[in-house]
Amino acid sequence: MKPRLGVYKFTSCDGCQLALLNQGADLLALLDRVELVHFPEAGPSAPEAAVDLALIEGSISTPEEAERIRGIRARAGHLVALGACATAGGIQALRNATEAGSAWRAALYPQPEFIATAERSLPVSALVPVDLELFGCPVDGRQLMAALNTVLAGGRYRPSGDSVCGECKQAGHACVLVSRGEPCLGPVTRAGCGALCPGQGRGCYGCFGPSAQANLASLKAVFAGLGLSDAEIGRRFAFITAEAFRALEQKHG
Amino acid sequence: MAEAKRVPLSLPLLARVEGEGALELAYAQGRIAGLRLHIFEPPRYFEKFLEGRHYSEVPDIVARICGLCPAAYQMSAVQALEGILGLAPGPWVQAMRRLFYCGEWIESHCAHLHLLAAPDFFGCANVVELAAKDAGAVRRGLKLQNLGNRILQFLGGRSIHPVGARVGGFWRAPSAAEARALLAELQGALPEAEALLDWVLAWPLPECDQAFESVALRTETGYAIEGGRIVSDRGLDIHAEAFERHFSEHQVPHSTAFHCLHEGQPYLVGPLARLNLNADRLPADIRQRLHQAGIALPSGNPFHSAAARAAEVLYALREALRLLADYAPTDTPYVEAEPRAGIGFGATEAPRGILWHRYELDERGLVRAARIVPPTAQNQARIEADLAATLAEMSDAAEAALRQRAETVIRNYDPCISCATHFLRLKVERA
Ligand code: SF4
Repeated sequence: MKPRLGVYKFTSCDGCQLALLNQGADLLALLDRVELVHFPEAGPSAPEAAVDLALIEGSISTPEEAERIRGIRARAGHLVALGACATAGGIQALRNATEAGSAWRAALYPQPEFIATAERSLPVSALVPVDLELFGCPVDGRQLMAALNTVLAGGRYRPSGDSVCGECKQAGHACVLVSRGEPCLGPVTRAGCGALCPGQGRGCYGCFGPSAQANLASLKAVFAGLGLSDAEIGRRFAFITAEAFRALEQKHG
Repeated sequence: MAEAKRVPLSLPLLARVEGEGALELAYAQGRIAGLRLHIFEPPRYFEKFLEGRHYSEVPDIVARICGLCPAAYQMSAVQALEGILGLAPGPWVQAMRRLFYCGEWIESHCAHLHLLAAPDFFGCANVVELAAKDAGAVRRGLKLQNLGNRILQFLGGRSIHPVGARVGGFWRAPSAAEARALLAELQGALPEAEALLDWVLAWPLPECDQAFESVALRTETGYAIEGGRIVSDRGLDIHAEAFERHFSEHQVPHSTAFHCLHEGQPYLVGPLARLNLNADRLPADIRQRLHQAGIALPSGNPFHSAAARAAEVLYALREALRLLADYAPTDTPYVEAEPRAGIGFGATEAPRGILWHRYELDERGLVRAARIVPPTAQNQARIEADLAATLAEMSDAAEAALRQRAETVIRNYDPCISCATHFLRLKVERA
């Protein structure tokens, strides 16, 4: 029997699902090997069905979503969290640090009582056990396919914990931090994108979240040396994966 | 009063659009007595967390509103911010922005046509079934979608949340060799884009004629994409700056998606609205083919949106070829300016229609306020009006038929999935 696959959306931009839908021929080959049970963007819809492999896009940001992710976890064999939203709460988790969730809702919606939403945007792992996390905003399509093929073959996939700097050197890019004085998060950001931003001649903005050995304090000192103010440095880290960097900071005091 | 006959349904309505919502439909004496499209998408508060950010951070933030049209969000934002900063990027940047945008139109339209729309017209539940029936068409669609992505990668490094665009232009100018490689790929796919148009023009699109206002951007020359004045077929002709004086957003209790109205009335944005207003700017052979397929423009048949998308894919591919034909890299892919305070407006044609932005910056270049009106909010009221018109005749129809028709109508507007719905339940009351 083919393994049953479900793709589920929570609070997100749909970019990570699109990264999967963009895989063209590789996607068609994958769909040959699985039974696609739930993936509304591509057709089948069976939100309550049991699956062997569940891919989760998006953060958990409403009481309904908290209920829903628990149900999916209970019915899923292997559960994979896709991208910055599902692994770190996403850019929408910027509201967590501000304690402003309800104030913002009131400012944006004339009748905020109609909007049922939680104060915080949370990663999937804050609610249920997660078997594999794939990082990035969006996830890297090739990494996603490699991970799915490994998991479907019964293997274990673990994304690298190295920093973007290694990929950057491998690609032969000039270091933007050294050569252009661009504040680059590459030294503390997890590899996986192939050093995209330095390849464009700009600094990395950390969309894959912190690397395993990230030393935030020393990079902050480097940024200060470039003339960035505390507020400017703070905003660099409070971006796409703000909560992941914030958690790291709290851990290291 | 006689006891109302209720037929409550709990069905996943929008099987191919996620989000949360339901369609509530009530018939009385064979006529529609009430219709409400419930939409619940958890709010993400973009306009609020843009406040206090530096203008240079805005393009990478707003991209995250929609994974299906991030470049559109970036292009509306840079237009508004450059207006404040007094930046006027030169012809290289202008041409590359149009090229970038063409990539997104091709990608987004092909994804919609093949993954979402086509199955409806071939009696298939989804694209996986369609692929079993017509593998060639699906493969062609995926290939064209991928070519759109290639254009986005050429200028942005990656297609979803590209990292190449910035206020003032692009971070980097691709090399001549990269441009030649892309040009060759696009050239090779031209026959497939032609075939795509023929294929869609042969779809059994339902006949119908509705009265609605079409609103789109229009420029002095060419088919408007990355800018222009906001015009309508009922005489509107304004600069993006005047948008708020003519259009207003309303929160409705049954939805987190705002309804945006023009002088209190629903209106249409998107591919068909563009075609209705700018058909004269399309190459004659494309117009001719639409005409031969029996599509008279301006069209009051919302289902012609599918044909409009296929026509725009072909147009965008030809436009991309034109823009790349004499490509030369530049030493100045972007311009810079000192921060200054002010208010700026941006309007571009996202794949789904006008995407309007407004920003207020302080003298340090930090965002004081932001407002974004996406196309899906603008089409929301029009979708309800279309449903009311289409379902009016179906008071006796079986629930499955009602649901299928309602789904097809809604999908036809290509509601930006993350600004839309899932697990939509259909609730019908008949009295
Ligand atoms: S991680 Fe990024 S690309 Fe993926 S759904 Fe979230 S916002 Fe979109």
